[in-house]
Amino acid sequence: MKIGKTNWPVTLLLIAGTILILFPLYITVVNAFKTPAETAESILALPVEWTFNNFTTAIEMTNFFNAFGNSFYITIVTVVFTVLTNSLVAYAIARNMHKKAYKFLFYYLVSAMFVPFPIIMLPIVNQMSSIGLMNQNGLILLYIVYGLSFNVFLYVGYIKTIPKELEEAAIVDGCTRWGVFWRIIFPMLSPINATVGILTALWAWNDFLLPLVILSDRGDHTLPLVQYVFQSQFATNYNLAFSSYLMALLPMLVLYLFLQKWIISGVTQGAIKS
Amino acid sequence: MKKKPSVYVWMLLPAVILFFSFHTLPVLQGIFYSFTNFRGYGVWEFVGLDNYIRIFNDRNALNAYGFTFQFAIVSTILVNIISLVIALGLNAKIKFHKTLRGIYFMPNILSILIVGFIFNYIFSIFIPEIAENTGLTGLTTSILGSPDHAWIAIVIVAVWQAAAFNTILYLAGLATIPQDLYEASALDGASKWQEFWKITFPLIAPFFTINMVLAMKNFLMVFDHIVALTGGGPGRATQSISLLIYQDGFAGGQFAYQSANAVIYFVVIVTISVFQIRILQKREVQL
Repeated sequence: MKIGKTNWPVTLLLIAGTILILFPLYITVVNAFKTPAETAESILALPVEWTFNNFTTAIEMTNFFNAFGNSFYITIVTVVFTVLTNSLVAYAIARNMHKKAYKFLFYYLVSAMFVPFPIIMLPIVNQMSSIGLMNQNGLILLYIVYGLSFNVFLYVGYIKTIPKELEEAAIVDGCTRWGVFWRIIFPMLSPINATVGILTALWAWNDFLLPLVILSDRGDHTLPLVQYVFQSQFATNYNLAFSSYLMALLPMLVLYLFLQKWIISGVTQGAIKS
Repeated sequence: MKKKPSVYVWMLLPAVILFFSFHTLPVLQGIFYSFTNFRGYGVWEFVGLDNYIRIFNDRNALNAYGFTFQFAIVSTILVNIISLVIALGLNAKIKFHKTLRGIYFMPNILSILIVGFIFNYIFSIFIPEIAENTGLTGLTTSILGSPDHAWIAIVIVAVWQAAAFNTILYLAGLATIPQDLYEASALDGASKWQEFWKITFPLIAPFFTINMVLAMKNFLMVFDHIVALTGGGPGRATQSISLLIYQDGFAGGQFAYQSANAVIYFVVIVTISVFQIRILQKREVQL
């Protein structure tokens, strides 16, 4: 526990510093509710009359609900399958690390973390289009597969700390190896599952480059991708743009508001391991 | 005893096959194509090391490497200084501890692309307008339109976003330092400055290493920021390596050539990361 007096100078400095973080968001919010004429008068002022017209127009122009649905679908499916499959793979590796083949496999997966995406980018697009996976499901598949490198690393570190005796007792009682994993190990992985889930969700939700090269059909576009197309076509009406950005940022912000503690600790745990 | 494939094999096999097909195979293909003149379609033949030799004489490629390094080095240093300062602040005996931490971490959860668009507006409309009203003639034109200064804008956005993550890591590091060390040093009459250099900094050295390596690696791969702010322009002034590979590799018919570029890029990133880890870890041990 920290004892002693509150350090007010530092507190005040930190509060002042938050202006730098909040200012771009403030600009976004106030201008999303203004007309171009109002913005022309003053960018900083609060709207005289809060108008929702920008939002309705932006929703129509970007087909917002479709993009939101796409991002949501991609993120949820990716997170669920990532947690279910990557943990299983890591379990098999973690329990056999004393064998050469498994150890090799571990280093094979983990070393792929260093491969920058651009080296895969050109061939993977060719490959995905030749097997007809230039769509959301193809994208989900790539997220799950590419997540393996880092997630296996996280999971293996965690699984090693779980004593084997529990499993052996269950095996003696007639439980299969699969049963051991799903009934005993997987529930014990909750903290690390949360970390992996949060990191994966942040990645899949905010990612831009992979959807940009993989999603060929405009109806499949995710929220960041829609903003990109929108920005390049309707760059002149800033109020419209800001309401569109705000709507794209809002789901994550709201989620963050409620799950702040979890998200920060999840990300910290993931990062420290690496 | 009969030798039957262990159940573990079935747990791994599908994942390994998928990983090989969708990750390793493309890497190998990329390396393979880098020795050809493949344009992404049509016929091709082997050209040996031609692509590699050409890159070292290619102004666009050299420019992209120059820009990316300049950007990555400046951003890495700035991010580490700023996030360490914020972390020290957040670790002090302050009020509103949780709220402040929540706000400072917020940029990390936001899409870089959209944040980039918002900053694009700030740089191209807001700042010039303010400058005009207040008579600051130096800032009346958008910084994004200047070939010499647009990179600064990208650094600002990158630091704004990345500092959040590095701050949290430094905070985690600071939490590992036992409080009694500070009490002891206070009794010995150490100044705050001495305390930082003699106790705090050495003890969070592993976190300094992680932050330097991660930040550098991430910044070397910069893409979203640039798409949102400058699109690589003006001209090719802010075209990063990833952006060059994307733009010319897909649209420019330079599939094989940019594959060679990607291979070089890969080697560069691995070399720098390994080099950084070596140097920084040596420092950790000495202290």
